[in-house]
Amino acid sequence: MLFCNIKGVTNGFPLRIEMEKFVVKEVEFNADFLRNVFPKIEWKALVDAAQSMGYAELPKDTEWPTMLLDDSNEFLKKFQHALLELHLEEGALICPETGRRFPVNKGIPNMLLHEDEV
Amino acid sequence: MAVGGTGTIPNRIPHRISNAENSFGDVSGKVVADFGCGCGTLGLASALLGAEYVIGIDVDSQSLEIASINAEDLELDINLVQCDINNLQWRGQTVDTVIMNPPFGTRKKGADMNFLSVALKVASQAVYSLHKTTTREHIKKTALRDFNAKSAEVICELRFDVPQLYKFHKKKEVDIAVDLWRFVPLKE
Repeated sequence: MLFCNIKGVTNGFPLRIEMEKFVVKEVEFNADFLRNVFPKIEWKALVDAAQSMGYAELPKDTEWPTMLLDDSNEFLKKFQHALLELHLEEGALICPETGRRFPVNKGIPNMLLHEDEV
Repeated sequence: MAVGGTGTIPNRIPHRISNAENSFGDVSGKVVADFGCGCGTLGLASALLGAEYVIGIDVDSQSLEIASINAEDLELDINLVQCDINNLQWRGQTVDTVIMNPPFGTRKKGADMNFLSVALKVASQAVYSLHKTTTREHIKKTALRDFNAKSAEVICELRFDVPQLYKFHKKKEVDIAVDLWRFVPLKE
C-alpha cells in the first residue's frame, strides 16, 4: 500500500499520510527483491511516509550502493519494514497540491475521483 | 473462498498464468498489479506463485472487500486500492508485471483497450491480458502501433461461459472465445 502512495496514484506527489491506525504484517526477508525495487523508490517520499506512520529508523541519505550490499543487511531490513511491513489501516492520503483527502478504510485507499475532478 | 461478485474467470486461467510463470519468470519475486481485480482471483494466484508484492485495483468497493476476505482466507498479503484504471496516475514503469481480465468493451466500447494502454505504460516486464478472440487483429495492431508494446503474442485460446450476471446481459448464458495475451512493453 505504501508503494502505491509512494509512486503517486493521483496528481500531486507524494501523498501525505494521515495515520489513525496502522498494522505491521511481517514478510519474509528477500534481499534480492529489495535491491531490485530500490531504484524505483523515491527515497525522500518513503522516509516521510514511514515517519508519518511513526517509523523514524530510515536514514535520510542513502549511500548507494554500499548500504544495499552491506553484509549485515541492516539497511535492507529497515527498508523492508518501511516498504512492505507497515500498512496504513485507517486514515487518509492527502494530495500535497490540492489538499484533497483520500480516505483509507480497512487498509483500502479510496482513490476514486468525483466527476468534476476527472 | 468467498464467492466473487463480478468475476467471470474460468478456473483454468490461474493455471495458464502458472504455465506462463514457468516459461517467462514474470511473477515470482516480482511486483505484480491486477487491474480490475474484482474478487482478487488473478492477484491472489500471483501471490501464490510467489509474487513479492501484489496490488489489486478495482472501482468497486464490494469486490475489494471480497478480495480482502479471500486474501485473508488464503493467508496471502495483497494490497488493494479503489481506483478507476483510467485515472491511474502512476509515474513511469512502477510495477514489473500487470495481470488483468479487463471488461471486454462489449458494452462500453474500448474499455479493454483503455486498460491495456495504461498497463503497457506502468509495467516494465510484461502484461498478461484477456481479450475476445474476435478482436485479435485489432489488439495486436493497436498494442504495437499505439500502446508502447514491443511484442504481442497470444499464449492460448480459451472459452468463457459468461453467465447472466447483469441486467444488460440479454441472453441467459453466452459462450465466447477469449485469448490470453502476453505483451512486452518497450523499456523506458
